[in-house]
Amino acid sequence: MSQKVLLNANEVKIALHRLACQLIENHNDFSNTVLIGLQPRGIYLADRLKQLLETDYGIDKIQLGYLDITFYRDDFRRGDKILEANSTQINFIVENKRVVFVDDVLYTGRSIRSALTAIQSFGRPNEIELLCLIDRRFSRHLPIQPDYHGRQVDAIGQEKVIVNWEDQDGEDAVYLVPR
Amino acid sequence: MSELSVKHLLGIKYLSEADIHLIFETADHFKEVINRSIKKVPTLRDITIANLFFENSTRTRLSFELAEKRLSADVINFSAASSSVKKGETLVDTVNNILSMKVDMVVMRHPNPGAGIYLSRHIDASIVNAGDGAHEHPTQALLDSYSIRERLGDVAGKKVVIVGDILHSRVALSNIYALNKLGAEVKVCGPKTLIPKYIDHLGVQVENDLNKALAWCDVANMLRVQNERMDISYFPTTREYTQQFGLNKQRLERLDKEIVVMHPGPINRGVEVTSEVADSDQAIILDQVENGVAVRMAVLYLLASKIDRNED
Repeated sequence: MSQKVLLNANEVKIALHRLACQLIENHNDFSNTVLIGLQPRGIYLADRLKQLLETDYGIDKIQLGYLDITFYRDDFRRGDKILEANSTQINFIVENKRVVFVDDVLYTGRSIRSALTAIQSFGRPNEIELLCLIDRRFSRHLPIQPDYHGRQVDAIGQEKVIVNWEDQDGEDAVYLVPR
Repeated sequence: MSELSVKHLLGIKYLSEADIHLIFETADHFKEVINRSIKKVPTLRDITIANLFFENSTRTRLSFELAEKRLSADVINFSAASSSVKKGETLVDTVNNILSMKVDMVVMRHPNPGAGIYLSRHIDASIVNAGDGAHEHPTQALLDSYSIRERLGDVAGKKVVIVGDILHSRVALSNIYALNKLGAEVKVCGPKTLIPKYIDHLGVQVENDLNKALAWCDVANMLRVQNERMDISYFPTTREYTQQFGLNKQRLERLDKEIVVMHPGPINRGVEVTSEVADSDQAIILDQVENGVAVRMAVLYLLASKIDRNED
């Protein structure tokens, strides 16, 4: 199976720092901002960003939650397999907060649409932004664009983007692989 | 992800241990959902569910209806009292008429044991048994085991005594199946006249002395005395039943441990359990009710997942 390295460990590190700095430019000390990692794989990026913001940029008390969108997806019973739910952990109120959705790959935009519906169960945020490590532009099914992205990729439908994280998968790397 | 091994939920007897664990894990997620400020998710918004109650029920019907509405399903309710069943229509005809309205799932309570199994052989829709006579009440048993798991961490290895009218109780039978499959030890306790003769075949022991049963168990599941099914006299008086098989504070205080008290409801206060016990911290009766919605959401979700897959 041929695979192409989109980002190696060093490039992931650079992208994470750049994303962290962009977030700081817009959200300052994060006093009214919450990060929401989207299940299943967006939570790893969200964890890393929080860690980076706290250790390298001295921003403490960042509120981070995990949001599962399984029950809000529009492809329930249309896929090949039953949708498996993950845990939602949001122990704070998002009412009037600035919410940043964090996901590893933005593809069709349908997950984000589901997340926009799901977050309403936790209150009415002032605004919602989207951060992703990989933006598969030209693949969108819905008019959804990221506010922050690590890298844009032009991938065809038969290809898949895989994001690996060191503490989960043993390395920081992003690959483009055939389906 | 694993999926349910069955298309219908007709009884715990037909579920595997893995099925039960899958339902519990899914219910965990729904329990989180129903504790949010907005408790509704759009998961089943293109599914229509008919609640067919050929026998009176309040809490089970409300629990199912709430579960269905929180999953955004379209719901129609049917009660036999105001239907053509009274005019002599057969069960299959009644259900087929309702299914013609493009119903995907049927939740059915029926006074006759095996009604759900019979129906499943004649219609395509997915059937959930909400109680069939004295046979099974699978969602009640699932929520009971789920509540034990929630309170004690696990069902396996726990000692559960089911107290009361075992003979007429679909809750008892389903609970015995579920608890056995999950690795719990089960005893039944009640008047000899209300213990079925085949009980040994179910892998449970009989204990006629409630005090001994309580000393042995971790969980006491107190069943309701079903006066409506007592067509002959099974015990002399309610007072005598209460003296022998009723759970009161004095009985609990005599134990050197704290046991969990359950009751499927509705409670005859002062008969099966005293108010003091029913309202104590040891009783998880209201937890059972809350868990009932989450467990029924899980069952409906997992069965609905299979409907379209079969149609594809």
